[in-house]
Amino acid sequence: MSRPAVSHGSDVLRPGWGYADVTDKIAGIVLTRRPGRVWVGAFFATLAGTLAYLAAMGVLFWKGVGLWGIRMPVAWGFAIANFVWWVGIGHAGTFISAVLLLLRQKWRTSINRFAEAMTLFAAAMAGLYPILHLGRPWFFYWIVPYPDRMNVWPQWRSPLVWDLFAISTYLLVSALFWYLGMLPDLATLRDRARARWKRVAYGLAALGWRGEARHWARHESAYLLLAGIATPLVVSVHSVVSLDFAIGNTPGYHSTLFPPYFVGGALFSGFAMVLTIAIPLRHAFKLHDFITDVHLDHAATVLLATGAVVAYGYAVETFFAFWSGDRFERAMVVDRWTGVYAPWYWLMIACNVALPQLLWCKRVRRSAAALFALALAVNLGMWLERVTIVVQSLHHDYLPSAWGDFWPTAWDWIFLLGSISTFAWLFLVFVRLLPAISISEMRELVKETS
Amino acid sequence: MTAPTPTSTTAVLRLHPHAGITRRRLLSAMAASMALANGACSPPSRREAHPWANLPEAGAGALPLYYATSFVRGGYAHGVLVGTQEGRPIKVEGNPAHPASLGATDAYAQASVLQLWDPDRSAVARRRAAGAPPGASTASSWAEFEQAWRARPRGGLHVLTGPLTSPTERALLAALLAREPGARWHVHAPGADAAAAEGTRIAFGRDARPIWHLDRARCVLALGADPFAEGPGAVRQAMDWARARSAARDAGALPAALLAAEVAPGLFGARADRRVALAPARIEQALRRIAAPWVPEAGTPPATDPAVADFERRTLAALHGAGADSVVIAGPDLSREAHALVLALNQRLGAVGRGVDFIPPPDAAPDAGTLAELVDALHAGTVVTLLVLGANPAFESPGALEVASALPRARLLVHAGLHVDETAALADWHLPLSHAYEQWGDALAHDGTASLQQPAIAPLYDTRSTSELLALLADDPQRDGRGLVRRQWQRRTRLGAAAFEGFWQESVRSGVIANSAFPALALPAARVAPLPASAPPPLVARFASDPATHGGEYANNGWLQELPRPFSKHTWDTPLLMGPRTARRLGLGTGDVVQAEVFGRALRAPVWVEPLHAEDVFTLPLGGGRRAAGHVGDGVGVDAWPLRPVDAALAPLAITRTDARHAFATTQKGFSQEGRELVRTLPPGAALAAEPARAALYPPFASPVHAWAMSIDLDTCIGCNACTIACQAENNIPVVGRDEVERGRAMHWIRVDRYEGTADGGSRFQPVPCMHCEEAPCELVCPVGATVHDSEGLNVQVYNRCIGTRFCSNNCPYKVRRFNFLQFSDKTHETLAAQRNPDVTVRDRGVMEKCSYCVQRVARARQHAERTGVALVDGDVVTACQGACPTRAIRFGDLNDPGSDVVHAKASPRHYALLGELNTRPRTTYLARVEAKE
Repeated sequence: MSRPAVSHGSDVLRPGWGYADVTDKIAGIVLTRRPGRVWVGAFFATLAGTLAYLAAMGVLFWKGVGLWGIRMPVAWGFAIANFVWWVGIGHAGTFISAVLLLLRQKWRTSINRFAEAMTLFAAAMAGLYPILHLGRPWFFYWIVPYPDRMNVWPQWRSPLVWDLFAISTYLLVSALFWYLGMLPDLATLRDRARARWKRVAYGLAALGWRGEARHWARHESAYLLLAGIATPLVVSVHSVVSLDFAIGNTPGYHSTLFPPYFVGGALFSGFAMVLTIAIPLRHAFKLHDFITDVHLDHAATVLLATGAVVAYGYAVETFFAFWSGDRFERAMVVDRWTGVYAPWYWLMIACNVALPQLLWCKRVRRSAAALFALALAVNLGMWLERVTIVVQSLHHDYLPSAWGDFWPTAWDWIFLLGSISTFAWLFLVFVRLLPAISISEMRELVKETS
Repeated sequence: MTAPTPTSTTAVLRLHPHAGITRRRLLSAMAASMALANGACSPPSRREAHPWANLPEAGAGALPLYYATSFVRGGYAHGVLVGTQEGRPIKVEGNPAHPASLGATDAYAQASVLQLWDPDRSAVARRRAAGAPPGASTASSWAEFEQAWRARPRGGLHVLTGPLTSPTERALLAALLAREPGARWHVHAPGADAAAAEGTRIAFGRDARPIWHLDRARCVLALGADPFAEGPGAVRQAMDWARARSAARDAGALPAALLAAEVAPGLFGARADRRVALAPARIEQALRRIAAPWVPEAGTPPATDPAVADFERRTLAALHGAGADSVVIAGPDLSREAHALVLALNQRLGAVGRGVDFIPPPDAAPDAGTLAELVDALHAGTVVTLLVLGANPAFESPGALEVASALPRARLLVHAGLHVDETAALADWHLPLSHAYEQWGDALAHDGTASLQQPAIAPLYDTRSTSELLALLADDPQRDGRGLVRRQWQRRTRLGAAAFEGFWQESVRSGVIANSAFPALALPAARVAPLPASAPPPLVARFASDPATHGGEYANNGWLQELPRPFSKHTWDTPLLMGPRTARRLGLGTGDVVQAEVFGRALRAPVWVEPLHAEDVFTLPLGGGRRAAGHVGDGVGVDAWPLRPVDAALAPLAITRTDARHAFATTQKGFSQEGRELVRTLPPGAALAAEPARAALYPPFASPVHAWAMSIDLDTCIGCNACTIACQAENNIPVVGRDEVERGRAMHWIRVDRYEGTADGGSRFQPVPCMHCEEAPCELVCPVGATVHDSEGLNVQVYNRCIGTRFCSNNCPYKVRRFNFLQFSDKTHETLAAQRNPDVTVRDRGVMEKCSYCVQRVARARQHAERTGVALVDGDVVTACQGACPTRAIRFGDLNDPGSDVVHAKASPRHYALLGELNTRPRTTYLARVEAKE
């Protein structure tokens, strides 16, 4: 009988880890480790934020969207910007899990689970906004095509209807993919949990997984199939979201560039959020051996590449405004540079174009602190980009008589911070209830690197 | 009949004297009881109810029933047709038979219907106990007032009214005054142009009032005047001008030259070919130089002013060119001597009898005293009883008169008015007056035409008309308003009973007494007085009534408060206006709060720097800062009345800045077209290049039967805002309030955009309703199909399908869509619900709305045509904005009718689509403005 495999060390897993060590380490976070003071503090702080968010929703439903700073002509404000921002963030998880799986990128293994969780939570946060932002949110289901005795259907030419399908499909497939990938780990937790209720709960969730060879074979082919299905969704979701704007005739919205530009931006913000989460996670649970500097380096490289796509988008948008000779487009770009929202725009350029250039330097790519700061900057920059597109384009459109500026009210900020808080709370709950790193896949990695 | 079984019911029946009651008898008794019970539901009408004596043939709920009556403002009648539905007056149209209207109205007349339904209207007589503080009155009754009136201390009766033209009221007032020895009548006309009246006396030695015929003039020079906005004949003057301009254009002739020298921007100056902004003293100097060739005796003209030399040169050329077809109009900013000079100039030009006629002033009251004389009498203690009828001197009076402190010196102060206003607060008795649309009455139009008032609804509250009140006070045996007016006209016409009945029916039906305009006066050669040569103070204030609330009279009218003022587009405010160079010199900007001081009286007011305003002069709008207007008008703006001098329109002003800032609620921020061809202009006779046809992605909608469309003529639009209010009244458009306007949520379905015009400060107005695009961008993006095309080409909004994504508004290049961000329509005030048009949905929060081309009027006309079997003809559908427009700039009709007005308009060489390059194919299109080439 050969000795159990122990990792010899590689770019993606430090040396000295055996199968049991990996399982102990990851399952231990969920099953045995007592919550630390930081976690408890963060949990209650974000829970308070979540409850405040719910209360704010109550006020919003009671009073109406007039609470926000939206107006004529800027009828869309933070809600739509936040929606696009969160959807974008939700891109990285599926990209990491599905696309990198198909491309056989081993470094995805230790980050895919929490990245997928991030995707789900971000998509959930995003999905709330289109409902919250409605004038009459209680009728949101009218966008859904359902057999109605009045024979009324959605208006199929509207990209908002396409959006519904794009987002709900994405949410569904992402959730399935996440859950399917987690089945062996749930079984592991079931087997290791001591409390009966935990065994029952994990057992039910594990759907009777026994680790048979047949299970593994089917699991792997199902996982690959789902990855294949999820891959085009990575492209389609944000492409469709971008059509919400591109179909519109507003200068600053109306551009064929939008689908690829939005997908690039989505991956950019998604990887920024992966880093924003991975670095504190690694620190808090001492996962440096699983999430190595190489992981950070790779993620940073993707950040650099997608950042270049985004920068190219900005450049093309500007170029076409002038090259097309369309005076409305031109005026929109000049206003972007010099108008009331110019500080937002230039801060966005700084965060999304200028700062990421530091990533050409390997030392920055390997420095957790620098990467964390940079990831936060990119998160901010991408949020500013969404706000700029949504708000700045609208505030100065065709008729100067109708121009007007949007300024956020306290409620606008509450609804942004509320969603961030809820996202963080969900994530805090996730890391304590489910394995944040895939146990089974890490064990495969042990085998491969031993 | 068998004996009934002894149940409780039959036991009751047995007690009845007719025990043998039958089923039939029981049912008839029940029916009779029901009828009686119904009769007890409301108190019996106090007097005859005329309007509904015979239900109209069309029946309730179908065609609105119109009553020809008069809306009285500043004493003058504006002929209107009050449209009622289900017995409720909901919309006012102009009376085509009335000389001041000819079918059009101004914004005030449109808003008058909201005044009728104002929840703050006074509903009951109120008494203030002796010694009670001002405003501490308690509800009383007319009966108690009658007792108090009979027991009043005798002698020393003074009556204060506003300008009064009503023959009936004046006869009754004369009768009341005749009964009381020593009784005196005083007239306070806060908005009247005293200098003009005095100027007429200087020139002609008598009182006279000019009637301008702008349709006959080929050159109109306005000096400190706005003939399109000021005075009781403004609507008619604008209409005359527009009609003549269109006729000249169609004939290929040059339209009349309009020239304006004005202090603050006015509607006439905006439309003028040449305009200068000057302080009043410099306007007078310019006048002297311009008038010198015709009126040499006015003295040596002052030295040339290089800034206005070009304007004067062109003006002289135009006056010489037009000769007798010129008119020169002077306004309240000029002195009486300048007015006399202008009258002489008109006479020498030969304009009298052509472009201008003079008539005796319809509101002349030679035997009446002034407010100042009343205050003197109050201080002298000779006023025992003071009756204030429909005036509010405690607010609308120059501060130096100290009216509010003088009024309580009357032993008995009786106030009658629509509201418990500032004067009512001081009064011992307040009596609620009926609204114009609730009463019988009469008044004269600007040209003296007698106009009748008839009620469109029974009084909402226990109110009396002014005539009825005067009859009560004078103990007249006739107390009924209709009887009083009939008696007056019977006496005046001296017709026999049968002939009078015919005359009366015809006059009530049409709203005017036929051929009752005053004949033109034959006037002597005008004399002029030397113009004051003294140097004017460096900084002067002029007082002008706020163009929306009419000096505060309509301060409680939300529609008017929220009406964007034509030039600044601010709402809910009365800023102090000044020119840009003056502001720079004083280091002031828009929104700075200053302390303004006139003769030791100070006021804190926010500054509005108006680029079109003259330098070295400040305009203080009158009408803000009401203290007892009602829940809408209280505390809106600042009150400049305390600063106004007693006998002058101008006063030296000292200004000091404070640290405070003020935010204005405006509906338009920038006035530059940014190089975009939005308001297109053409030289006379030129044509616009045809738009190229563009392909569309989706197949066009078919409009096989009717294809409604609108055309707006920017050449005749004067930016008066009547369309905006007409639309608001017709379509139940809510008032959102100052804060929401500031947040960019005003709800007007048709807004009037203003853009900077020529270099000399002209303005170009552009009304923007929904364009009803054939390739509507809004329809494409609505996820639930809440905005769709109908079979007649209308872009309709389905309120109950709308979920409020607001994508349609984002995608509307014209930004004409309005969103109910919050619950904007007022559901708390019951009377406001009664004003609402029953054919138009009241929108709640969360839905989008916009101009519907008055789809309810389209449907009404179509249904009427179907019912009567008479095909629709051009003009059967008139949208609210079109109906109100004084210059008939808005035309609406069927594109499938080749003879329609709108088809004709769209064939014009001036025709263009706003943002046509976007290929939205709007059904609302524009006719370019004609501007003479420099």
